[in-house]
Amino acid sequence: MSTMTRARKPAAPSEVKKPRSGIFLTLLAWFIGLAFVLPVVWMVLTSFHSEEDAASNPPAIVAPLSLDGFKSFFDSNPWPPLLNSMTASVVSTILVLILALPAAYALSIKPVEKWSDVMFFFLSTKFLPIVAGVLPIYLIAQNLHMLDNIGFLIILYTGMNLPIAVWMLRSFLAEVPVEMLEAAQVDGASVTRTLREIVAPVIMPGIAAAALICFIFSWNELLLARVLTSTTAQTAPVFLTGFVTSQGLFLAKVCAASLVVSLPVLAAGFAAQDKLVQGLSMGAVR
Amino acid sequence: MTAATQEERTDTAPSTPSPALSKAGRWARRAPLLPALIFLIVVTQLPFIGTLIVSFMDWNAYYPNDRGFAGFGNFVTVLTDVNARKAIFVTVVLTTTVVLTSLLLGLGIALLLDRKFRGRGVVRTLMITPFLVVPVAAALLWKHALYNPEYGLFNGMLTMIFGDNAPQPDWITNNPLIAIGAAIVWQWTPFMMLILLAGLQSRPLDVVEAARIDGASPWQIFTHMTLPHLRPYLELSGLLGAIYVVQNFDHVFTITSGGLGTANLPYYIYQTFYTALDYGRASAAGVVVVLGTIIIATFALRTVLSLFQEESR
Repeated sequence: MSTMTRARKPAAPSEVKKPRSGIFLTLLAWFIGLAFVLPVVWMVLTSFHSEEDAASNPPAIVAPLSLDGFKSFFDSNPWPPLLNSMTASVVSTILVLILALPAAYALSIKPVEKWSDVMFFFLSTKFLPIVAGVLPIYLIAQNLHMLDNIGFLIILYTGMNLPIAVWMLRSFLAEVPVEMLEAAQVDGASVTRTLREIVAPVIMPGIAAAALICFIFSWNELLLARVLTSTTAQTAPVFLTGFVTSQGLFLAKVCAASLVVSLPVLAAGFAAQDKLVQGLSMGAVR
Repeated sequence: MTAATQEERTDTAPSTPSPALSKAGRWARRAPLLPALIFLIVVTQLPFIGTLIVSFMDWNAYYPNDRGFAGFGNFVTVLTDVNARKAIFVTVVLTTTVVLTSLLLGLGIALLLDRKFRGRGVVRTLMITPFLVVPVAAALLWKHALYNPEYGLFNGMLTMIFGDNAPQPDWITNNPLIAIGAAIVWQWTPFMMLILLAGLQSRPLDVVEAARIDGASPWQIFTHMTLPHLRPYLELSGLLGAIYVVQNFDHVFTITSGGLGTANLPYYIYQTFYTALDYGRASAAGVVVVLGTIIIATFALRTVLSLFQEESR
């Protein structure tokens, strides 16, 4: 029956059918979205409560706001680790882009022979778990007197993120229309001009996406930082592990700390959401 | 094969590689690639060769004089040591359940978000949030603010709903692996969802519309058109997820510190090397992890190969 109606008036059924199951599916989507964000909302809420309200059962949802959690977090001198993380993430991201852009160019616009083998090699380095190299890395750092040195961490983070960036940038570069490059060549445009006026506009979102993802992965990294740094080069995630055993009355402080350390990634991720989505899907599937 | 087709597609030069690919030209093409390639080999491949060498050595930093060749001794220890075997088991169980769960959840949510509805952008933003929380911070949040038996949110909600006599389970102690797994699923589902959503939105809609007009049911459209189209996206998000979850250290370290039978291989290696200072045994365990990931990677590379073929159609 409905098939018949559909065959005759293709637009109508979807309009008729949508309201009932549609409202249910919309509500379900909203419910799941809220359920996934609930722990983060709870973290934010708790971080703005006093320690007594934070540790109450049943939970105090409406409680007077308090900055005690943040105060005691910032009293514990978190600035050096936060600055170390910022340095490591920003500098390694810049290094990644400097190395990855020419490589991606060589792999897409003027592809070298066997370029896909090279791509496989880049990707395969991601299959090598960091933990399987951590001991020699530690021994090398020890012998070079580079333990607790943020520069050493930057080099490792650059190596860690380089394959992802090459992979993502290549997929964006492959989007550059060949006809436009040929036309530019025929018109006698210089290489720099071609790069600036034809290639750059296409891959700018790709560069932003790759940079964002490299920044996030460097900022989040724990294992290498934990093994290789102690006091002067300690990063924010290592600083956070100091809260692992903290119990009871410091819940607001733990939540404030977690929030502050996550804030740069949250802010960058929200601001560049579309690029993140585009970058992840392009990098992963193209 | 694929490489040749691809080269033709993107290369600006004519496909016959006579004058353009002269020796000098070839090196000019390779040059931009070399810094990245050399850097990557030095930073990521050489350490692993180091691990491979140390894995065949007796080397415990507590006994510096006993250093020497051990043959397969460390591997025998790793494969017979109860804790190491448990760690291998935990790694396999944790990785498969977490990846499958977050893949299924991610698929369901991606399908929900593929429809147009009021506030779709907002819901997507809400969904992405867990992915953007620093893993250690997320693990701390779950451990202290959600799971804690006395003042965690979960038991707090139970008290809110069932009153003072509500059950107050100790989530981590009762089911330590599930507690860790749930926290990882929460972080990785958004990643799966994002990739699958991108896959759904790249689906040619006119074909789906035509099928609907021809009388295909939503289930038929899903199994015969949506799933086949999503296959590469499903495979790749699953494999990328697996590669990251196999290496999970942050959640195990933060939530249980490897206690209660939750030590996975990365944590076991960390402990063997960092606390027990048994470099040889830690390296052998590292080699075991790599062998495991190579098995996953073999499937992954095959998938990627099929993607390349699709791209060059």
